[in-house]
Amino acid sequence: MEVLGGEFGDMTPQELVAPVNTVAEKWKLLPAFLKVKGLVKQHIDSFNYFINVEIKKIMKANEKITSDADPMWYLKYLNIYVGMPDVEESFNVTRPVSPHEEQELPLQQNRPPISLRAGGCIMVQQLRECRLRDMTYSAPITVDIEYTRGSQRIIRNALPIGRMPIMLRSSNCVLTGKTPMEFSKLNECPLDPGGYFIVKGQEKVILIQEQLSKNRIIVDQDRKGTVGASVTSSTHEKKSRTNIVVKQGRFYLRHNTLSEDAPIAVIFKGMGVESDQEIVQMIGTEEHVMASFAPSLEECQKAQIFTQTQALRFLGNKVRRQRMWGGPKKTKMEEARELLASLILTHVPVKEFNFRAKCIYLAVMVRRVILAQGDNKVDDRDYYGNKRLELAGQLLSLLFEDLFKKFNAELKKIADQIIPKQRAAQFDVVKHMRQDQITNGMVNAISTGNWSLKRFKMDRQGVTQVLSRLSYISALGMMTRISSQFEKTRKVSGPRSLQPSQWGMLCPSDTPEGEACGLVKNLALMTHITTDMEDGPIIKLAFNLGVEDVNLLCGEELSYPSVFLVFLNGNILGVIRDHRKLVNTFRLMRRAGFINEFVSISTNMTDRCVYISSDGGRLCRPYIIVKKGQPMVNNKHIEDLSQGYRTFEDFLHEGLVEYLDVNEENDCQIALYEHMITKDTTHLEIEPFTLLGVCAGLIPYPHHNQSPRNTYQCAMGKQAMGTIGYNQRNRIDTLMYLLVYPQRPMVKTKTIELIDFEKLPAGQNATVAVMSYSGYDIEDALVLNKASLDRGFGRCLVYKNAKCTLRRYTNQTFDKVMGPMLDAATRKPIWRHSILDADGICSPGEKVENKQVLVNKSMPTVTQTPLEGSAQPGQPQYRDVPISYKGSTDSYIERVMISSNAEDAFLIKILLRQTRRPEIGDKFSSRHGQKGVCGLIVPQEDMPFCDTGICPDIIMNPHGYPSRMTVGKLIELLAGKAGVLDGRFHYGTAFGGSKVKDVCEDLIRYGYNYQGKDYVTSGITGEPLEAYIYFGPVYYQKLKHMVLDKMHARARGPRAVLTRQPTEGRSRDGGLRLGEMERDCLIGYGASMLLLERLMISSDAFEVDVCGQCGLLGYSGWCHYCKSSCHVSSLRIPYACKLLFQELQSMNIIPRLKLSRYNE
Amino acid sequence: MAAPMSNVEEIRSRVILGEFGVKNVHTTDFPGNYPGFDDTWDMKRFQKNFRVDVVHLDENSMEFDMVGIDAAIANAFRRILLAEVPTMAIEKVFIYNNTSIVQDEVLAHRLGLIPIKADPRLFEFKNTGEESAEEEASEIDTIQLQLKIKCSRNPRASKDSSDPRELYLNHMVYSKDIEWVPIGNQADVFADSCIRPVHDDILIAQLRPGQELDIIMHCVKGLGKDHAKFSPVATASYRLLPEITLLETVEGEKAERLKRCFSRGVIDLEDAHGKKVAKVVNSRLDTCSREVLRHSDLKNCVKLGRVRDHFIFTVESTGILPPDVLVTEAIKVLMAKCQSFLSEMNSVDME
Repeated sequence: MEVLGGEFGDMTPQELVAPVNTVAEKWKLLPAFLKVKGLVKQHIDSFNYFINVEIKKIMKANEKITSDADPMWYLKYLNIYVGMPDVEESFNVTRPVSPHEEQELPLQQNRPPISLRAGGCIMVQQLRECRLRDMTYSAPITVDIEYTRGSQRIIRNALPIGRMPIMLRSSNCVLTGKTPMEFSKLNECPLDPGGYFIVKGQEKVILIQEQLSKNRIIVDQDRKGTVGASVTSSTHEKKSRTNIVVKQGRFYLRHNTLSEDAPIAVIFKGMGVESDQEIVQMIGTEEHVMASFAPSLEECQKAQIFTQTQALRFLGNKVRRQRMWGGPKKTKMEEARELLASLILTHVPVKEFNFRAKCIYLAVMVRRVILAQGDNKVDDRDYYGNKRLELAGQLLSLLFEDLFKKFNAELKKIADQIIPKQRAAQFDVVKHMRQDQITNGMVNAISTGNWSLKRFKMDRQGVTQVLSRLSYISALGMMTRISSQFEKTRKVSGPRSLQPSQWGMLCPSDTPEGEACGLVKNLALMTHITTDMEDGPIIKLAFNLGVEDVNLLCGEELSYPSVFLVFLNGNILGVIRDHRKLVNTFRLMRRAGFINEFVSISTNMTDRCVYISSDGGRLCRPYIIVKKGQPMVNNKHIEDLSQGYRTFEDFLHEGLVEYLDVNEENDCQIALYEHMITKDTTHLEIEPFTLLGVCAGLIPYPHHNQSPRNTYQCAMGKQAMGTIGYNQRNRIDTLMYLLVYPQRPMVKTKTIELIDFEKLPAGQNATVAVMSYSGYDIEDALVLNKASLDRGFGRCLVYKNAKCTLRRYTNQTFDKVMGPMLDAATRKPIWRHSILDADGICSPGEKVENKQVLVNKSMPTVTQTPLEGSAQPGQPQYRDVPISYKGSTDSYIERVMISSNAEDAFLIKILLRQTRRPEIGDKFSSRHGQKGVCGLIVPQEDMPFCDTGICPDIIMNPHGYPSRMTVGKLIELLAGKAGVLDGRFHYGTAFGGSKVKDVCEDLIRYGYNYQGKDYVTSGITGEPLEAYIYFGPVYYQKLKHMVLDKMHARARGPRAVLTRQPTEGRSRDGGLRLGEMERDCLIGYGASMLLLERLMISSDAFEVDVCGQCGLLGYSGWCHYCKSSCHVSSLRIPYACKLLFQELQSMNIIPRLKLSRYNE
Repeated sequence: MAAPMSNVEEIRSRVILGEFGVKNVHTTDFPGNYPGFDDTWDMKRFQKNFRVDVVHLDENSMEFDMVGIDAAIANAFRRILLAEVPTMAIEKVFIYNNTSIVQDEVLAHRLGLIPIKADPRLFEFKNTGEESAEEEASEIDTIQLQLKIKCSRNPRASKDSSDPRELYLNHMVYSKDIEWVPIGNQADVFADSCIRPVHDDILIAQLRPGQELDIIMHCVKGLGKDHAKFSPVATASYRLLPEITLLETVEGEKAERLKRCFSRGVIDLEDAHGKKVAKVVNSRLDTCSREVLRHSDLKNCVKLGRVRDHFIFTVESTGILPPDVLVTEAIKVLMAKCQSFLSEMNSVDME
């Protein structure tokens, strides 16, 4: 308060009361922010940091390789670079590559005939495109090295050691800094966010991983209610977890490498603090602290441990045996000392066995536990200040470091093996540097998503996912997705529930339903994730600002009430007397641009600490700075911004705007709007709607909806079809849904504009009448207007692909493509081959029916290398393996691509297209979590019409509203209607947007009803309807679920080989299962004949011959056991039953059937 | 103020717009439904009451009043206009070459929706039987159209231009590029009524240099109930004549407000005793927004009604046939339906 008083002292009372000027268009800061940070930028920043900075650090940490065989031999890395992406066409010929290559073959229609008869001759032109050719978008990693060959010292530059997959739009990507025009020249979409990799032709995203902060003390309560502290230490070399536990009032240290819990006092003594007084001084001299620590000292006393040597000996006996490979044998004491120095609390540096800092850290941990015991203040694990987000760069750097170490170990092994053998040529290590290990390691990890690093005991699955390209939104949503390390099966609500500290950082709406609910989250619009930064300057600055170094303290200062501890990234830096001054100066320095804008400083009053963080993975977002009750940003600044005189960076550098992370937010008073600014306010929110993410940002008026509805829409927006990018027609995806006539929504939001949803929309504005009609609209079903469908409403294109490669085999044979087979009589191609060109590949524009052949491929029957000595067959035999079309409806061939893939195999890709018109059962949804299937299609003349003659496109049942409470949809309709009449788009931005009152006034002006309810005439009777109908445009999305892909029925069909029962599933034309519960019903009903028919006759009935004497199965009227046929009778049993008997027999169990006549 | 109407009379002849719903929506003047009214069908009375006034007519749209008829009949005309008056539309598209980015199916769909200026009365329906599917298009049932266009670079474009309109030739394919290819004697028969798309400026596709379209189209006669492209009208609908009755005199500020509650020209203010008094001038202009009902002091001064048997028809033609012709065609269709129904009835009587 005193500080604030000083700040406001020079203001008159009038000035203090004067209303705060509102900055009218401060949302304009948002596009400026998104230009430099946000959404996908965190991925790109993180990757850039990795390939430009981190990779060099990794190289530095592992720079020298020596050999045990030759002490003179060494290899030293001088530098490492990641180059620009290129493709290796043939030996040592490289060419720059782009994710989507510029020129395109005139394949689409007038494809030149290609002769393949000569035996897989290579196409002259090649489409060299990673996505299309199933290649990896990667760049070479090159190193400069210095090594010895014999007695020479040699320096070699730019040696490739492997290839690094390159993130799109990162600093090394060909797309960076290109204009939209250049993007289109490269066949790339300028709106594509980038931030993903292309590996083996697939677009892969490394999801953001959420985990507990490393190197921080977390005070926790276990199930029994005892308090303990734990630290997960992580450095480049090691990872370990150290716990302080309390057992019977005594403190113990628990660690993986110790076979049992070690008394804490012993640890202190082992680290050289031999005097009990000193230990107590460090922990705290308050009465209750001393009292609770006393038993621990007592225990140490009882164990007769007084000196460091005694303590180390004691600990040495508890060290878990480590398999020692190589190196001199160590004594137990040395082992214990090594353990204390490097394994326990690894992140606290110990130099020359100076344990001072580590002792103090341990003491602080103990003290925390003691204090927490008193008033039960444990840390919140779900608090976002205690969380770190791991991005692609960090994950890749872990992987690369592992691979690089393996690579070096391999080199060392080779050197150890080869150097002792005297050879004519001197050992040259360069010849043994293989590139494929690092390349394959990176590519495999990204393409499978398995991150298994032995060194860190890390074995994660599903780190990467295929970028979903269902719609632009789904791709964008994927880039902001965060997955949590928690198991999905655990039934805990804590990690799943919404945390107050998520405010503004993570979207409160966008999370899946079901098992991953609350564990998979999405970033909010303005969130940024920090990357690691240099902490040296920060330490220096802190010391200059009066922080006293830990190593110089006696220990007692730690518990002085006036003194605050200063932490930097979890390590104790020292203590400070005037923490306020420290924090304020620090912030001033940051605002002035002397320290990085992402360094955060915050005080914790309960722990009496100052935390400075500069580590990567913290969530932060920008705020407008408020000084003396006035926001620093004013209208002038915004005007400059919109005219392009200022950028977001200028706002940062001028101290108008700053980033706050979750911890620092807690230290600040943030006003939501200008009128909420009080004299304590320190910051002002830029725009409240930014607390939502990308997907929730599409919803108009989300603040009027029931919360789960917004969550449902977030899931459904990703299934909506529309447009996926400007280059959508150049892609050959396995599945792609497009809308023929996508439209911009009538009611848009600021977010929609910011993310360019309007340029790549996914939906159409449908005129909706909210009324009951025909009864085919129950349970959310929709009634569609047939004329609207005739005119193109909801019409969509479905693209699928067919792929085929022509390989060469080891025995010099190869796959061939044969021309169409001709009918002997008519000399015309047979029906199955009717769409093939002379070259045996289907031609674009043709209609393909089920079972027709797309590529008439044949494969040699023998592909293995013949054994030595066996006769070489003259002409290889071929067998037909055609690629044929499967599908209940016909498709058209959109295009055919002929190329070669990374293995130089001939690659043929065929893009197939279907145009679909909505039909009964297709799924639609509005943007408010209101999904429904089409229940009926009604001719236009039967549709109700209003006075102006407008018919609805969709009739929706009003029962959808009361229980769902999607008021936002009601308002969207009103705003849409007013917009249509007025000829403009209305805004439905969250916590803002066009006001209902204004919108309704517009309706009145155009002669419509104020409430949006129109007088409507029935199209069937011609008489007016008794009720007024809520009538107007609502943005509707067509979802990817269509009946055509789902409908399935079968009378007879394929059966499984083993059981002879009908196959399962639509894709195998399977039967419809009469399950257990259905069976139970029939049993209960007593319908035995129906049961028999369903379960046996129509399934797997089988005639068996059973011997009445031995009860075993016979064969064709003959019992093999009894060697007779006199008692054999024929039975009908399920084949599965017969199979069971036989399987039992194979296990030495004889099932015998007892036969008797039913009438006996 | 209008002359007061008896309660029964009102139920019989007016639809009342209430605050929360519409009252008296159904026709109730069936014979014997009301004591004291003779509702038996009487041709004379019908002839006396029935009238059609054309309010507005131009080449594409038309407004006319149809008074003294039941909603069912009026609705029949509307439905027939939408769905059963035949027109010619592109039904078959033979794509010989399409190198544009528009998919064949989408292109065909777009072409189908283009209104073709050809009098459908001069053509016959094409047989849709099984055996006729293979049948050649003939001059009496098919119009053949052609679209053949290729985009190229404009040699005279300035070097630094980035405007596609200047850079390329034929990069926008409009409906005007569709040409009529007469079959048989069509050239002579339809010499004066040149067959072509109604509008010249419908964008069909956009092309880039080297891309081309080579398409032959066949138009056939069809009905709107089959596909919306055969519908001869953009829309055809009717509304009932609004009737606004002031139940008490409304003066001064209230009158001003009352005036603002209705469309312009519905209420006029007259000077009487130095005060402004509201008077209904032309209730026909009202859009029935029911704004008055939101004003608690005004809502009891007015009665909003609509005349049950006064239909204000609006017919907007797609331009293939003039709207008045469409209406007469619709009447003919209804007559033909009645004829066939009658003959059906007669044939049943024979047995």
